[in-house]
Amino acid sequence: MEKIIVEVMLKPEILDPQGRAILGIFNRSGHDAIANVRQGKRFEISINQPITDELLDEIEELAATVLSNPVIETYAIYTDEGETA
Amino acid sequence: MTTRVGIITFPGTLDDRDAATAVALGGAQAVPLWHKDTNLNGVDAVILPGGFSYGDYLRAGALASMSPIMQQVIKAADQGMPVLGICNGFQMLCETGLLPGALTRNKDLHFICRPELITITNTKTAWTNFFQPGAELLIPVKNGEGCYQVSPESLPEIEAKGLVVARYNNNPNGSMNDIAAITNEAGNVVGIMPHPEHAVDGLVGAGVDGLGFFWSIAGVTV
Repeated sequence: MEKIIVEVMLKPEILDPQGRAILGIFNRSGHDAIANVRQGKRFEISINQPITDELLDEIEELAATVLSNPVIETYAIYTDEGETA
Repeated sequence: MTTRVGIITFPGTLDDRDAATAVALGGAQAVPLWHKDTNLNGVDAVILPGGFSYGDYLRAGALASMSPIMQQVIKAADQGMPVLGICNGFQMLCETGLLPGALTRNKDLHFICRPELITITNTKTAWTNFFQPGAELLIPVKNGEGCYQVSPESLPEIEAKGLVVARYNNNPNGSMNDIAAITNEAGNVVGIMPHPEHAVDGLVGAGVDGLGFFWSIAGVTV
């Protein structure tokens, strides 16, 4: 079954306390090279038909309106091969 | 005629009963509504109570904002019906777009549960008309995702239009401009992070400062 991947990230200007807490742990345990961490979400959507442009549009609509909140988040869509859709 | 205030219960809602008690103490009639209902049973106003609707899955309030009854709430709110979203209800109102902005994880990542002082800055809304401008209230805060954020472009607009309804005296969660409650331009929809319904009975709460919200909707005047 083919998959479409949607990744959702907080916008750069939005405070990400979880990412900051993870950064703190990294730095405290000596990983000094790590300068910043931002935490996001990944959705794997399995598709029971060949992936068409129309279907990608449908998924994009869902990514923009349901899977992400446009006030605070951005999204990116990938197909299984890793290409940006 | 007694004002009928619908209180919607979603799976994971916690504060519907406290909200019903507060509505009754304020002099209105509480009408229970269920998330799968497809009509509002003729109520005059709606409260979206606090809790963890749908387990806060996806984003707090996101799934509730897509439930059948919320489509009716959105329609009624657009026609001017008063709607109050408390805590998780505030998150729902932002997710539906009825209110600007979004609620995100508290700045220090703590779940905060304690009474906080807030100052009322807009007394023209359906839910705050009982108060005098500048009124200070002690209201319990009880949330993990109460940090109010909007885009840097929208913040000045929200301030210029006077949409901020209440501010924290000592910002507990990193909210922009200390915002604890906001309204829409019409003033019928209000979202508030602290819980006025938990401050209506001196025996079991931090005082009775929350009653004014329920007197406002019941039409009580001094």
